[in-house]
Amino acid sequence: MYVSKLVEDLPPSGIRAFFDLVLGMKDVISLGVGEPDFVTPWNIREHAIYSLEQGYTSYTSNKGLAELRKDIVKFLKWRYDLEYDWDKEMLITVGASEGMDLVFRAILNPGEKVLVHEPCFVAYAPLVTLAGGKAVPVITTANEGFKVTLAKLEKAYQKGVKAMVLNYPCNPTGTSYTRQELLAIAKFAKKHDLLVISDEIYDELTYDFEHTPFATLPGMKERVVYLNGFSKAYAMTGFRLGWVAGPEKILAAMTKIHQYTIMCAPITSQMAAREAMRNGAKAVAAMKREYNRRRNFIVTSLNELGMECHMPQGAFYAFPSIKRLGMSSLDFAQDLLEQEKVALVPGHAFGSQCADHVRISYASSYDNLREAVARMKRYLERRHGKK
Amino acid sequence: MEDVLEILMNDARTTPEEIAKMIKKPLATVKKQIKAYEQDGTIVQYKAIVNPEMVEGNQHLVRALIEVSITPQKDVGFDHIAERIYKFSEVQSCYLVSGSYDLLLIVEGASIQTVAEFVSSKLSSMENVRQTSTHFLLKKYKEDGKVFKVAPRQKRLNITY
Repeated sequence: MYVSKLVEDLPPSGIRAFFDLVLGMKDVISLGVGEPDFVTPWNIREHAIYSLEQGYTSYTSNKGLAELRKDIVKFLKWRYDLEYDWDKEMLITVGASEGMDLVFRAILNPGEKVLVHEPCFVAYAPLVTLAGGKAVPVITTANEGFKVTLAKLEKAYQKGVKAMVLNYPCNPTGTSYTRQELLAIAKFAKKHDLLVISDEIYDELTYDFEHTPFATLPGMKERVVYLNGFSKAYAMTGFRLGWVAGPEKILAAMTKIHQYTIMCAPITSQMAAREAMRNGAKAVAAMKREYNRRRNFIVTSLNELGMECHMPQGAFYAFPSIKRLGMSSLDFAQDLLEQEKVALVPGHAFGSQCADHVRISYASSYDNLREAVARMKRYLERRHGKK
Repeated sequence: MEDVLEILMNDARTTPEEIAKMIKKPLATVKKQIKAYEQDGTIVQYKAIVNPEMVEGNQHLVRALIEVSITPQKDVGFDHIAERIYKFSEVQSCYLVSGSYDLLLIVEGASIQTVAEFVSSKLSSMENVRQTSTHFLLKKYKEDGKVFKVAPRQKRLNITY
């Protein structure tokens, strides 16, 4: 009743029931959380409070505070030697998610297609559908470390593809790319004249090499919509603040939608983000060091348990295989939750081909990680004993 | 290998096995490094940070910051007199500081009287001690980077994408 066909037909998350089960349970050790366990650094929170005291409670310009856009542009120049016009090529959004929604709505005509790699963040394909387009999966596999390769892209490519989504470091696999690997993808984009929508929200959490923004590759800036935000690097998920940089025309189109739907991102969050841009680097470096150690700890431990896991290059997720157990990731997750009270996210959530994997978030204290590993060990031993 | 130190400073219970995993170094290397830190005095001691207010029978323990002005001695400056002072078991910490006084002590005792007794009979009476000023601690908010508050409720949801 009343609900549109498009929305009604949107496939619901297959693991909703599992989520409800977790939410209703007490004393659970959760490795299922897609956000930092750190609280936003105090200087950033303090700045938000100060802005409220000063009475900054109004709308801002649709595109976001000019000072903040200038800060970000300056930061990109310093960090990546990447230049954008702060007024024409930059938009402040409510999380990178809003940016993603805007870009699909701004570029897609009915039926046009977008390449989306799988496994990937849950929102991409549904957002493409809602914008009237069609998502075409590029299936990546564990034996290649879940990397998008030229061969995989060419195989998935079909007529009517207008754009491709890239997310690196990737949620849920933690996979990222060296500059060399990205150059191959850039060549593909150029060959087929595609717009590249690059979600680099985890860029600051890259551990084994320097992160390369896609827009810095030769000839790419004019065909890249660059999405980022403050949630992951600065532990500011609840502030809901992201930004988009890209070609003027596309940004203008996105801003048109943004001004009718959102008006502007919350001013308190924007004020907090200014402090993050100016004085956040030290806190980011400390959190990154910590995540890196947890990554090494959890991935080594998982492999010791026989849950085969590639070493993720970034973000705060490990994506081990449970194939050996001969059960689906949903059954495994349910079992583990009921018997040992450890929560993780079944691979199903991130793509139809991911039933052999689970996502483990290591954005959790060592006490939790240690205890979770011990409980998983106990569970696996019991299961082997039964066989 | 400053990593090892940072990890142990955050949580001294972390085992060498766990540290080896965290920093991707062989276990033997980590063990050797910890041993070296212990031997050269980089790592002085492993201990728990306890909130004394939570320990039964300990609620009345008092602490005081004491500023001490002293006359430095020929050849040894402040060191000799500082040593005489910090050797008292009542003195938990002893610092030489810049500013209007010389030594800053943290002194602990079973009651205000005990601390007062220490100041009047042991400290003030000492040769070269010119003046003392005692500040009793009323409440502990934060110590060694740790905030003394009952654990706040969990704020994150258990599962998010």
